[in-house]
Amino acid sequence: MVRTGFVEKNLRILFPLPAIAFVMVMMIFPIAYTAFLSFTNWNLTSGQPLNLVGLRSYARVLREPRVLDAIGRTFLFTGGAVFVEAILGTTVALVLHREFFGKGLMKLLLLLPLVATPVAIGIVWNLFYDPTIGLANYALSILGIPKLAWVSDARTVIAALVVVDVWQWTPMISLIVLAGLAGLSSEPYEAARVDGATERQILWNITLPMVMPTILTAMILRTVDALKTFDIIFAMTGGGPGYSSETLNVLGFKYSFEYFKMGQASVILVFLFAIVLLCSILIMKVRDRTQV
Amino acid sequence: MKRFFAILVAVVLVGAASAQTKEIRVLLANHPYGELLKNAIPEFEQATGIKVIVESLQESQLTTKLTTEFATGSSSVDVFMTRPLQEAKMFYKNGWYAALPGYDFSDFPKNSLSVVTFGTKTYVVPIVTEWQVLYYRKDLLQKAGVEVPKTLADLEATAKKINSPDVAGFASRGKGAAAVTQLSTYVYNYGGLYLDKGKAVFDSKPALDAIKYYGRILGNYGPQGATSMSWENIMPLFQAGKLAMWTDASVFYGQIIDPAKSQVPAANIGIANMPAGPKGSSPFIVVSWGMAIAKKTKNLELAGQFLTWATSKEFAKRALASNITMARNSAWEDKEVLKVVNPDLVSTRAFAAKNGYPLDRPYMSAVGEARDRIGELVIESINTKGGSTKLEPMAKDLVRKVNELLEDTGEYGVY
Repeated sequence: MVRTGFVEKNLRILFPLPAIAFVMVMMIFPIAYTAFLSFTNWNLTSGQPLNLVGLRSYARVLREPRVLDAIGRTFLFTGGAVFVEAILGTTVALVLHREFFGKGLMKLLLLLPLVATPVAIGIVWNLFYDPTIGLANYALSILGIPKLAWVSDARTVIAALVVVDVWQWTPMISLIVLAGLAGLSSEPYEAARVDGATERQILWNITLPMVMPTILTAMILRTVDALKTFDIIFAMTGGGPGYSSETLNVLGFKYSFEYFKMGQASVILVFLFAIVLLCSILIMKVRDRTQV
Repeated sequence: MKRFFAILVAVVLVGAASAQTKEIRVLLANHPYGELLKNAIPEFEQATGIKVIVESLQESQLTTKLTTEFATGSSSVDVFMTRPLQEAKMFYKNGWYAALPGYDFSDFPKNSLSVVTFGTKTYVVPIVTEWQVLYYRKDLLQKAGVEVPKTLADLEATAKKINSPDVAGFASRGKGAAAVTQLSTYVYNYGGLYLDKGKAVFDSKPALDAIKYYGRILGNYGPQGATSMSWENIMPLFQAGKLAMWTDASVFYGQIIDPAKSQVPAANIGIANMPAGPKGSSPFIVVSWGMAIAKKTKNLELAGQFLTWATSKEFAKRALASNITMARNSAWEDKEVLKVVNPDLVSTRAFAAKNGYPLDRPYMSAVGEARDRIGELVIESINTKGGSTKLEPMAKDLVRKVNELLEDTGEYGVY
C-alpha cells in the first residue's frame, strides 16, 4: 500500500524516466564524451594512454588549414544544396498542388530517390560521372560540349556532389511544402479573386507568404542534415581529389579512423556540433519572425 | 511440472551443443588471396570440425574495423589479414598482435620478416609479396614500332607516341595517398627516399625530380581524372583496352590476363621490370599482406590451427599457381608450380628480389596521414603536369608536418 502511494505521488517523475534515461545514454553521453575527448591527446598511433592536454588539441586543429577549408566547404555544400532544393522543391510542390492526369504516379516517382540507399546512390552516380566510360560525358559529347572530369576535378567536385544531393532531397522539400499548401485556408484566395487579382499576384502575394513558414521548416531540416552529410560524399569521393571535397564530417572520419588521432577528431566534431546548433537556432529565429 | 522439465532439457541440450561447436572469427581482405582462401575454407572446416565465420572487407575498411574493435576492447576477432607496412607499428605498440612463438619462419625471405619482427619476436606471417612492374599492351607497342621501355625517358617517349583520345598512353595511381606506394619506385630510381634515418626527406632534389616526372607523364598522357584514380579505377580501363601502359603492383597480373574479366587477350599483355631512372632501377618489393592472431583471442589453439593451414606451404603453392605472388620461398622453387606461372612474372620477381627496396611508403605509425601529406604533392604535380613552382615550398612544409607526426609518436630520428 505504501509502495502504491509512492508511485502515485511520483507519477510525473517516474513516467518520463525511461525517456530521460534514453536521452542521457544515447544523446547526452556521446556529446559529453566527445567534448571530454577534445581536451585530450588520445592518439592510437602513439600507443600511449590518453592525457588531458587542455586546449592543445584545439590549437593543433585550428593551425591546420585543411580544417578551415573544410568548414568553408561544409557551408558551401550546404548552402548550394539547400538553396537549389528549396527553389526546386517549392516549384515541384506548386505544380503537384494542381490537379492533372498522372499526379499520383508523379508523386510516387518523386519518392524513389528518398528511399534509395545513399551508398548505392553514390556508386551509381560515380558510374554516371566516370570521365572515361560514364554516361554524363557521353551525353556532353553528343551535345558537342567538351568532356568534364566531374567528381575527379577539384574545380567541379562540390557542384557535382550538390547535384546528387539535390537529386536525392528535393522531393523531401516538395512533400513538406505540399502538406503546407494543403493546409492553407481558402478564404484569402476567394477574397483576392473577388478583388480581381491575377494568378501571378495570388502566387506572390498570398500563396508564397502563407506557405513560407513551412518552406523554412523544411529548410531547417535539410540544413541540419546537409551540414552533416557523410555517406554520399564518402562513397563518391572519399573527400578527394586531394582534399577538395572534405567537409567537416568527412575530415572528422579521416582524423579518427584513418589517422587515429581521436583527440583532434573530437575537436573537429565539437566544431561541427556547434555549427549545426548555431545554424538551427538562426533559422528558427527567422522562421518565428515570418510566422503569420 | 512437465513443462518445467521440457525447458530444462532444452536448455541442457543447447548448452551442450554450443560447448561442442568450435568456432573462430576471421577477418579477410578483398584481395585475390583473401578470395582464394575464403573459397577454400569449407575444406578446413571439414578436416577439423572448426566452424569459421568469415568477413571480407576492402583494405582500408579492414584497418578501420580492426582498429575500432581492438581499441574498444570489444573484439571477438581471432585471426585477421593485416598490412605490415600500414599497420604493424601501430598494432604492435598497442599490443594487438599475439606473438607466434611456435611458428616455423625458415621458409620466408629474411627481409620480409624484418618489418614484422619487434625485439626478438615475430608477430605476423607474411603471405603475399608485391613488387612494382610495368604492364603493357604488346600489340599497341608493336603497332607504334617501339620496344618495351627500359628507362623512364623511354617510358615518357613511348607514352607520348601511343597516347590518343581513345587509348591513354600511360597510367599509374594518382589518387593522393594511394599513389604514394606506386610513386616510391620512381623516387628510388631518381635516387631519393621518403624517410631516411627516421626523418622525412622527400623534399630532396632527387625525390622532387621524381614527383615532377610522375606528374608530367600522368598529367600529359594519363587518363582523364587521374588524380582520383587508384588501382580500382585503372584496372578496368586496362581491361577495357583503353590503356597502353600501367605501372603498379605485380599482384594484379592474374586479374588482367583473366579472360572472364578482361577484353584484351592475354597474348597481348606483357609484364616487364620497372624502367630505370638516373640512379638505376630499384623497384619496391614488400610484404603487402600478412596474417596474424589477435592478442585477446579466446581460441588461441583453434586460431593457431587456422593460421597454420592458411599460411601453409601447400596453400602457398596453390595460390601461386593462380598468379598470386606468395611470400614463401618454397612456392617459387616448386617446378610443378612454376610451369603454370608466367615466366615474365617470375623474372620480374627475381629482378626485384635482387635490386629492390623493401619499403613502398614511409614506414611509421602515422603512415595514413603521412601518405595523405605526400599525396598533396602528387596531386599538385599531376594537376600542373609537373610544372608547378609551388612544389618545392610545399615539399618543405609537408616534410615539416611529417616530421611532426614522427615526433608525436616518438619515432623521429629513431631507426
